[in-house]
Amino acid sequence: MLSFSSVAKRYPGGQEALKDVSFALEPGELAFLTGRSGAGKSTLLKLIPAIERPSAGSVIVNGQNVGALKRAAIPYLRRNIGLVFQDQKLLYDRSVYDNVMLPLAFSGQTPHEAARRARAALDKVGLLGRERASPVQLSGGEQQRLAIARAVVNRPSLLVADEPTANLDAESAARILDIFVAFHQVGVTVLIATHDQALVSRFGKKILHLEAGKIL
Amino acid sequence: MRVWLRQHRQALRSALRRMGVLNALVIGVALSLPAGGYALLESLRSVAARLSFEPQITLFLAPAAKRAEADALGAKLRGDARIGKLRFVPREEALKELASVQGLPELIGALGHNPLPDAFVIVSKEVSLEVLAADLGKLPGVASVQADAAWARRLAALAGLARVGLWLLAALLGAGLVAVTFNTVRLQILTQRDEIEVSKLIGATDGFIRRPFYYLGLLQGAAGGVIALGIAWAALAALNVEVRALAESYGSSFRFGFLRPRDAAMVVLMAGLLGFLGAQLSVSRHLRDIEPK
Repeated sequence: MLSFSSVAKRYPGGQEALKDVSFALEPGELAFLTGRSGAGKSTLLKLIPAIERPSAGSVIVNGQNVGALKRAAIPYLRRNIGLVFQDQKLLYDRSVYDNVMLPLAFSGQTPHEAARRARAALDKVGLLGRERASPVQLSGGEQQRLAIARAVVNRPSLLVADEPTANLDAESAARILDIFVAFHQVGVTVLIATHDQALVSRFGKKILHLEAGKIL
Repeated sequence: MRVWLRQHRQALRSALRRMGVLNALVIGVALSLPAGGYALLESLRSVAARLSFEPQITLFLAPAAKRAEADALGAKLRGDARIGKLRFVPREEALKELASVQGLPELIGALGHNPLPDAFVIVSKEVSLEVLAADLGKLPGVASVQADAAWARRLAALAGLARVGLWLLAALLGAGLVAVTFNTVRLQILTQRDEIEVSKLIGATDGFIRRPFYYLGLLQGAAGGVIALGIAWAALAALNVEVRALAESYGSSFRFGFLRPRDAAMVVLMAGLLGFLGAQLSVSRHLRDIEPK
């Protein structure tokens, strides 16, 4: 489903963010990526949807070598990956509902089917009653849940989240993680980066620990 | 196919939402100059087309000359190798021709008799008319020679100059249209930076992201073209109020005509295409800068 082999990433300027990273996730697996800030978690996650390209080694997603993808092929790769960011990247000039509808604009569903999917995604994250609200009216936890709804509305087979529980209180963080676990349970491959070691150990899932660009 | 249509409809709606009336107005005001100028020139051209610009000499016989004298002169002229075309204009025909000119029938009616002489209209094979005109003037029976096509040529040159000037103006303002659209689209891309970045992250193709901006350029340009036509039409209508009064005092029904439908459609089409071009230049230049980090 997702595999890294001997991946290195050097940024222009010589900074080496990742060194010889290798791991693989089976379809439907849930894994946590842990490590201190600056350990290379975000860099590793950015290689998956080809936001960054590896300097060496190969990143394989769904059998595709992401590092070798042509520019024009990248959108189609991304449609199959649900991305959740630490800063959510929501659009504040439109409603909760329209934020979730965004990925459906170009995926080719009929308007009826798109509306159904958007409501289903909002339902899964517990925001069905807030469709007309503006994202600014939502709490931090609700904003993060909205970001998850947008990430899953196209039913991706892989869900990647970067620090989805940062800046959230324990209760909200637990609720976010429960949502990810629910997706894992219906067969979605999930990779979650977090610096919160304590939070993840209770799940008993695979943990990839990054330190100074290497997996320990 | 239906998906494709739906996406285009979506892009069109998004472009319409973002179109600035002010920008279209600026384009319209700018383009009204060449559009209106073209209409003026076309109207004048239809008048000028009735004038001949060939190297022409007209020989007038004495008003009292007999038709036989005229025939004798005609035979002589036909023998001259320097003469290309020769046309005999009997005085009766000349009068008829004159009567067809607006405003003159009343004048001729007042005269009571035909004051016009027989004439030969000659088209010279040579460029320099002066020598030929002087020779022809010496022929017996010729009362006077008129060889100055110069004013007609000057008028033609002037019209040609005005035409070139208009095209230059149109080209200049067309470039201005491209620049205005370029800037509109640049600003629009900047204000939609977040949306574009997010769209790229969730799998929007470049084509999907660019489409609304292309529509924006196209529509804004075409709207400018329509506004330009409106301004030109209003300006010509206002001019015609004055022209009508002036022309009627000369017994003429001359009016400035508006652009022909084909030309008017061309103005809107060209404005749209230039807008599209401006949008394309802007999009290819600015959209690549926005990449998710």
